[in-house]
Amino acid sequence: MVGDHSATPVLETRGLSVRYGPALTVLHGVDMKVPAGSIVALLGPNGAGKTTLLRALTGLLPFHNGRVTGGEVLLEGSSVGRANATALVRRGMAQVMEGRRIFAELTTEENLRTGAITVRDRRRVAEVTREIFEMFPQLAERRGNQAGYLSGGEQQMLAIGRALMSSPKLLLLDEPSLGLAPRIVEQIAERISAVGKAGTTVLLVEQNAAMALSIAEFAYVLQAGRVALGGPAALLRDDADVQKLYLGDG
Amino acid sequence: MDKFLQLLLSGVALGGIYALVALGFVVIYKSSGAFNFAQGGFVTLGAYMVYQFGTDWGLPFWLALVLVMIAMAAVGMFLERLVIRPMVGKPTFTVVLITLGLLLVIEQVVRAVWTQPGLVLSVPWGNGRSQLGEVTLRHADLWTMVSAAVLLAAFFLFFRYSRTGLGMRATALDQEAAAAQGISVGRSFAVSWAVAAAVAVVAGVMLVSRGGGALSPAIGFVALAAFPAMILGGLDSAGGAVLGGVLIGLAEVMSQGYLDVSWLGSNVEVVVPYVLMVVVLLWRPEGLLGTRRVERV
Repeated sequence: MVGDHSATPVLETRGLSVRYGPALTVLHGVDMKVPAGSIVALLGPNGAGKTTLLRALTGLLPFHNGRVTGGEVLLEGSSVGRANATALVRRGMAQVMEGRRIFAELTTEENLRTGAITVRDRRRVAEVTREIFEMFPQLAERRGNQAGYLSGGEQQMLAIGRALMSSPKLLLLDEPSLGLAPRIVEQIAERISAVGKAGTTVLLVEQNAAMALSIAEFAYVLQAGRVALGGPAALLRDDADVQKLYLGDG
Repeated sequence: MDKFLQLLLSGVALGGIYALVALGFVVIYKSSGAFNFAQGGFVTLGAYMVYQFGTDWGLPFWLALVLVMIAMAAVGMFLERLVIRPMVGKPTFTVVLITLGLLLVIEQVVRAVWTQPGLVLSVPWGNGRSQLGEVTLRHADLWTMVSAAVLLAAFFLFFRYSRTGLGMRATALDQEAAAAQGISVGRSFAVSWAVAAAVAVVAGVMLVSRGGGALSPAIGFVALAAFPAMILGGLDSAGGAVLGGVLIGLAEVMSQGYLDVSWLGSNVEVVVPYVLMVVVLLWRPEGLLGTRRVERV
């Protein structure tokens, strides 16, 4: 069961439309809710607009010459308006970007510190760093190494750890399983699940529907910039038509 | 041996100035990937403003120096905001050309404001010298070395340990990913311009003092001499800027002192830094301490 439906969702979009440049409309009125304390999966084929949606949610559209042309994003019930990425991090959002995007020439530990850039209290930063190292022991072993030399799986763990450094209310992940071996994907899924259980609300964008549905409570399927389907993850998992139509299974 | 020590002192002091100028280039290059030609203009303008505040208006020298550093930091931030920020996302080449334009504008402003020829900047150490055995220590060199060392140390501590410094390093590597962590990209740019402009003031004063105090709108051309220092050290490395600065300073002074190649004409020392730069680049294209791009597939 997904969170408490009567409560205000941590994140909600109402009729969200996004355009790149003068003419390329990618999202057409997306309605979505991410209830507090849940893991919500956002699925869909390549080019459906999943990454665009995340950019719109986290204030990164200007980096891609994109803008919200309609609708709104609500964070804990209040509209974020035109808040930029920095302001949104301060309001409790953190994200793991597609392709990990770790700072290759900084050390593992410095990468984590960048995730805590909005945290003033140094003791708090040290404390959270310790927690992240407990969560990902491989990272602790390589804390002084240049992050660019970590393996793909370790880099993904670093990207997740970095996002958690600000102790976010809402964690958004874009394709954390991309390009990783099945064993590593399993580990990553476990960690995300643990993060959710610890109380952080999670929005997980994935092409690996099987992985996402195994840990999510609720899921949306995005297709050609519209929400094609939304429902409890278990339902989507067991529905043969859904599998065939949207999730490229079989 | 005495001659060598003498030249060593002079070379390291000159290297300190180059290092400060190169550092100004590096800090902006690191944060925004743009090469800031206006750095030479900051050096000139800074020296003239210290003359204005200190020598002309009679403020104590050190007070004037600090005030001008603050004022120039503000000028740097203002220029960044006015002409560089709107160019974010445009090709780096465009930004570089704009900084070249800024250099020319600043030089003209200096010529227009300080029209009187033969202005002399007075510094507390004047033309003082101390005799250490056979070696003469010019106080200008001493102060240059001390102030360069202090500024460089402050710079390194700032970049390594402060949140702002870390944010600037992250911004330099990946602007979007930095923004996604909550780092303000605009603030990183602004701070880098402020730091570069403030450091240029000290470089300008030391440069003028080394030459006996005579001001000239052309002193900013030392930025050109800091060029090989920075490229030699590695464009994106602050440590490289220091190392390159000292090496170039030494090479210049030593070749002036020892190299007798009259068949090449005079002023060979002016060419030596560039020769050194080319030789190093053939061996290490990224410069002595520059970053070799980490690439993993």
